[in-house]
Amino acid sequence: MPPGLAGFVASGDEYAWDDEVAAVLGQLGQTFALVPERTGAPGTPHQRRTWFDTFDWRLYRAGLLLEYVPARRGGELLLAPVGDPHQSLARQPVASWRLTTPHPVADIPDGPLASRVSSVIFPRALLPVVTVAGTTSVTRLLNADGKTVARLAVETPAVMSADRPRLPPRLAITGIRGYPGQARRAARIVAQAPGIQPASDTVLADALAAGGRRPGDYSNKVDAPVKEAMPATEAIAVILLRLLDTIEVNVDGVIRDIDTEFLHDLRVSVRRTRAALKLLGDALIAATAVTADELDRFTADFKWLGDLTTPTRDLDVHLLEFGDMVAGLAAARPEDLEPFRSFLQRRRLRASRALARGLRSPRFGALTAEWRKTLLAVRDAGSIGPRGGIPDRSGTTRELAADRTSRAFRRVARQGGAITPTSPHESLHDLRKRCKELRYALEFFAPLHDPAAYGKVVGDLKRLQDCLGQFQDSEVQIAEIRALAEAMLAADAAPAVTLLAMGEITSGIAARQAAARADFERRFAAFAGADGQRRMAALLRGGTT
Amino acid sequence: MRIYATYNIKGGVGKTTTAVNLAHLAAADGLRTVLWDLDPQGAASFMFRVKPRVKGGGKALVRGKRSLDDAVKGTDFDNLDLIPADFTYRTMDLLLNESEAAKPARQILSLLAPLATEYDAAFLDCPPGISLLSENVLHAADVVLIPLIPTTLSVRTLDQLTEFIAEFNSRRPDVLSFFSMVDRRKRLHREITDNIFAERQGVAHTVIPALSVIERMSVERSPVTVFAPRSSAARAYRSLWAELRSHGE
Repeated sequence: MPPGLAGFVASGDEYAWDDEVAAVLGQLGQTFALVPERTGAPGTPHQRRTWFDTFDWRLYRAGLLLEYVPARRGGELLLAPVGDPHQSLARQPVASWRLTTPHPVADIPDGPLASRVSSVIFPRALLPVVTVAGTTSVTRLLNADGKTVARLAVETPAVMSADRPRLPPRLAITGIRGYPGQARRAARIVAQAPGIQPASDTVLADALAAGGRRPGDYSNKVDAPVKEAMPATEAIAVILLRLLDTIEVNVDGVIRDIDTEFLHDLRVSVRRTRAALKLLGDALIAATAVTADELDRFTADFKWLGDLTTPTRDLDVHLLEFGDMVAGLAAARPEDLEPFRSFLQRRRLRASRALARGLRSPRFGALTAEWRKTLLAVRDAGSIGPRGGIPDRSGTTRELAADRTSRAFRRVARQGGAITPTSPHESLHDLRKRCKELRYALEFFAPLHDPAAYGKVVGDLKRLQDCLGQFQDSEVQIAEIRALAEAMLAADAAPAVTLLAMGEITSGIAARQAAARADFERRFAAFAGADGQRRMAALLRGGTT
Repeated sequence: MRIYATYNIKGGVGKTTTAVNLAHLAAADGLRTVLWDLDPQGAASFMFRVKPRVKGGGKALVRGKRSLDDAVKGTDFDNLDLIPADFTYRTMDLLLNESEAAKPARQILSLLAPLATEYDAAFLDCPPGISLLSENVLHAADVVLIPLIPTTLSVRTLDQLTEFIAEFNSRRPDVLSFFSMVDRRKRLHREITDNIFAERQGVAHTVIPALSVIERMSVERSPVTVFAPRSSAARAYRSLWAELRSHGE
């Protein structure tokens, strides 16, 4: 493999690029004899490559780039680290790889690349991110014996979009084994050429930048740009607008049923929106033109939207966990559960069609349009100041954050503290809801908090939520599997072995539920005990313990 | 890693040109290939435009002060690396003899062992003569390629060599000989080449003709399969490589 690779990029104005590259060749020509490489390898002179990633950039966030390069027959997928795109971690020939449609992981033939990628992206699908095409010319640098001692590759890429913007040429010096000094010398010459800079970004980043994007530009995190001194109503609007963006950007993926996580992210944003309305809505009514009636209407509409998404998501969860369920069987055989899987898939298809109809409905369109209009009005009034720059009656964002977060925490501490080993299940389910509200309150105002203190508090809260989630979800799942068994019987689609296997699954789930219940006291104490209360107080004061 | 050695007791029979062209063809076939130029004259290194110099010389390699891996140089061709010659290789026999290795005739084999994961094929280009170095090479090789010029004496040395290898107690390399520098215009060349197939096994059907384009390799400093790929010489080497690849399958 070629050692000593050094990458550079031309800078400045597009019209200067060609001159900058010519100057590099001129400088190198003073030290080495230059010979154009005869490029025999197919695809080298006219390269086209398309990057693939999940909608939420799971590969990129894991430090990986996945590229598809077409070849004469089929093409190849290449996996490389973000920091060193020339290094190949794995490669996989693929016979028919489409550049315009999503690919589930199953589309990648089994091999090291498939296992590496699927462990990172599951259950998401791969989507084409951007396609770049260009030519690469290679020049060999020769010593006095006429021996190649290094190579200079000049790539001139362009984005394959409507206006095909050119990207800055990329120059790379590749060493030849046994001649590291010559490669370093060549790299020094290139580095000193006018207008040439070390390449700090990938071609992918350049290509996205040409379209006003950047790698990793989607996340389902709240990440609202709120600031301490911002009028509270403006912050509320900013948070809710960000949640609305996330809802809207996922709609297409849900309707096209690309993968299950579009719906997951959409649902989370709907839930966060509903929690925000509950936690912060009164501040909007008190200090803006939004009326209580309007807010009630939006609250009802978002509940409708949440309910619309529930059946499909519940079935998604069953199907996503199906592999684990099968693996956990002790008495029954995996094939016993196949009728159950088919039944779930048929139901899911029906549910997702109903969901898609709902998301295409005038009600959904009107909800998002009116909600956005309302929020923009609140935000812009807030930033200007409703009365000529005087802070509005709702106070600052810091005051609001401290007030609402501590209220939510007190509710959690009170309800959780009242739970005893004999408390009914519903008391834990209620506590789970309060924990979610508190979690959202923390997330909405995350930029205001000290990151380390925030991380500790949220970490403890998350563990408590996981415990409560396991407890309640297990109960729901058992009830659902029972209902599904009834439905399968009614539809005459339930062989006896399948029902037995489903019974075995419910007993496994019940054991997990019991384990979660046994863990509750410890988790709750870690989060809301005396230390936890001190940590929360310090967080809201703006410091650490 | 499959190890091929081009070897003959006689000099000037086409060992280096064979090693250079076959190594290039192996690399062009996608095999990760290394050629070790063991001849202190450094003709193979010259043809790949690599300086015939190894840091520390043969001594550092034989005594294990420098690994063979450190001495590797990339050639101008994909998949093809070279371990250059060094003038100190002229005393290689002495060095191999002086070392305290338990098996003095297997030192080249152990020096090559670390390269096994990195390369699919290794070619050893040996100097002529019978020596401890050549014995080492014969013990290291999976296949010994013996270029023969079509003379009675040359055929006799093949017999000597075959007998020598037959006496090995341990693993014996396959022997594949082939005629090199053949001039079909000469009656003796025709007779000897035609008769040998009837008389002996282990002789390749491919015959490398005596052609000036092969001599030009040292002017072009490149394999003939690169600078004259459509020449009859390049065709002959391709045919020899095809025979060699299928040999022993």
